[in-house]
Amino acid sequence: MRADSNLGRILRNSGFAVTAEFVPPASLDREAIEKNVSVFKDVVDAVNVADNRQARASVASWAVSKVLLDNGIEPIMTLVTRDRNRIALQSDLMGASILGIGNIFCTTGDHQKFGDHPGALNVFDIDSVQLIGISRNLGDNGKLAGGSACEGASPFCIGAAANPFGDPVDLMVIRLAQKIEAGADFIQTQPVFNKQKFEAWMAAARNEGLTEKCFMLATVMLLRSAEAARSLKGRPGGCDIPDDIINRLQSLPEKEQAEEGLKICVEQIQALIEVRGVKGVHIIAHGSEASIPEIVSRAGLQDRRRRE
Amino acid sequence: MIIAERKPIPELLAMLADHDRILLAGCKGCVTVCNAGGTKEVAVLAAALRIARRRQGRPIEVDEITLDRQCEPEFIGWLEKPIREKKYTAVLSAACSVGPQYIAQHFDDLVALPALNTSFMGGTKEHGVWAEFCRGCGNCGIHNFGGLCPVTRCSKGLLHGPCAGSSGGRCEVRPDMECIWLLIYERMKRIGQTEKFKKIKPPKDWSTYWSGGVRKVSREDLTL
Repeated sequence: MRADSNLGRILRNSGFAVTAEFVPPASLDREAIEKNVSVFKDVVDAVNVADNRQARASVASWAVSKVLLDNGIEPIMTLVTRDRNRIALQSDLMGASILGIGNIFCTTGDHQKFGDHPGALNVFDIDSVQLIGISRNLGDNGKLAGGSACEGASPFCIGAAANPFGDPVDLMVIRLAQKIEAGADFIQTQPVFNKQKFEAWMAAARNEGLTEKCFMLATVMLLRSAEAARSLKGRPGGCDIPDDIINRLQSLPEKEQAEEGLKICVEQIQALIEVRGVKGVHIIAHGSEASIPEIVSRAGLQDRRRRE
Repeated sequence: MIIAERKPIPELLAMLADHDRILLAGCKGCVTVCNAGGTKEVAVLAAALRIARRRQGRPIEVDEITLDRQCEPEFIGWLEKPIREKKYTAVLSAACSVGPQYIAQHFDDLVALPALNTSFMGGTKEHGVWAEFCRGCGNCGIHNFGGLCPVTRCSKGLLHGPCAGSSGGRCEVRPDMECIWLLIYERMKRIGQTEKFKKIKPPKDWSTYWSGGVRKVSREDLTL
């Protein structure tokens, strides 16, 4: 089997893609995972499979990616540099490729302090920019980081994360430029709640010509309650959620907040896809993946996917 | 310097459970400067151990000595005489972990115990506060980062800028610490090195670090 990327084709051909995120559980039950991921089928173009998200030990990203493939859903296999050195990461890249996994997402990963094994030793042999470069060279040129050759070449469609909300903005744009220069094909941003700040960052990225060199996917995150929004905002390194969003949820009785969160998510998608340079949306609904078809449909993304 | 911290008294008492006569050996090097194992700290620790053991009804004899340095075998030799004369069953070393290891190798039949946790290579931030500055990677590249070390001072050792956990100038892993990447960026901008900052760095060669095996420096011009 040859690694394939329908996502890469969609982005190149129509210039608009919809992706979503799946966080594998700690599980030894394949059937349960298959049941959980079935909501994504024919709803989004590809699904990011997290790699031990928040440093919580869970089913391997490559294994869940294969389960997705077997179920007719295109995976984007995440690789974090926290847990594996360059040898293991390249081994996983080659393994993914022979399983038919053509999309990868390269990131550094959350620090293990925030996970369920805070006493673990971390690796950080390389960082995300270097992993992007290594993946590019391996897929395109069949070359390993150490200089030796890898049999066959099968380019990966490479994704990377970007943070539009850090300060200063010029530094955030440099980070984006580095990832693109290293070989990223597409970017999925940190969840966008503060549209103003996102637009400022996109404008700065456009000025540098970066949005022409890479497909920019704006990430939206479903908020289920005012409480969830507050806790996302409150933690260190948390999301930049404007008060008016929290107040909008807060003003409603608890049982109506989930529906309002869904409305907010749909409105955000509709606003973000109008921002110049945005080539798609990435939807995160941790724990509420069942709502994703509804979000995609209400935001009119199904029509958009079909039309283009 | 090497920054170290004294182990908690209960941990030390557990280590000393089988001993009634010990030598507590401090060091006049780094651990004196960081107030962990100098003459003063040795006196305080010796008193604390004696009092605690007396309370337990099992008094312990703790003699005190502070060597010029415990990281040189020559100075460890100074312990021979007191150890021979007083027949200690253990030496509790209040040096960085080089000290108790040298003592263990020098005295075949003696128990060597660490009184300190060797923490890191660092410097004084303010009175009573020390911070880590160097991981000893063996291949210093701080000139590429405005003179500041991200390998040590970024919680993830990143080489290309801050992660998304950098907020309000702080590191999410250690909110009491500044995000070193903001300092590096601002500094490189100030000294006209923004272009250098943007440059992509190849994966670091860690073979000079601990992952390359136990390290040794040998200088031909100094060896006899």
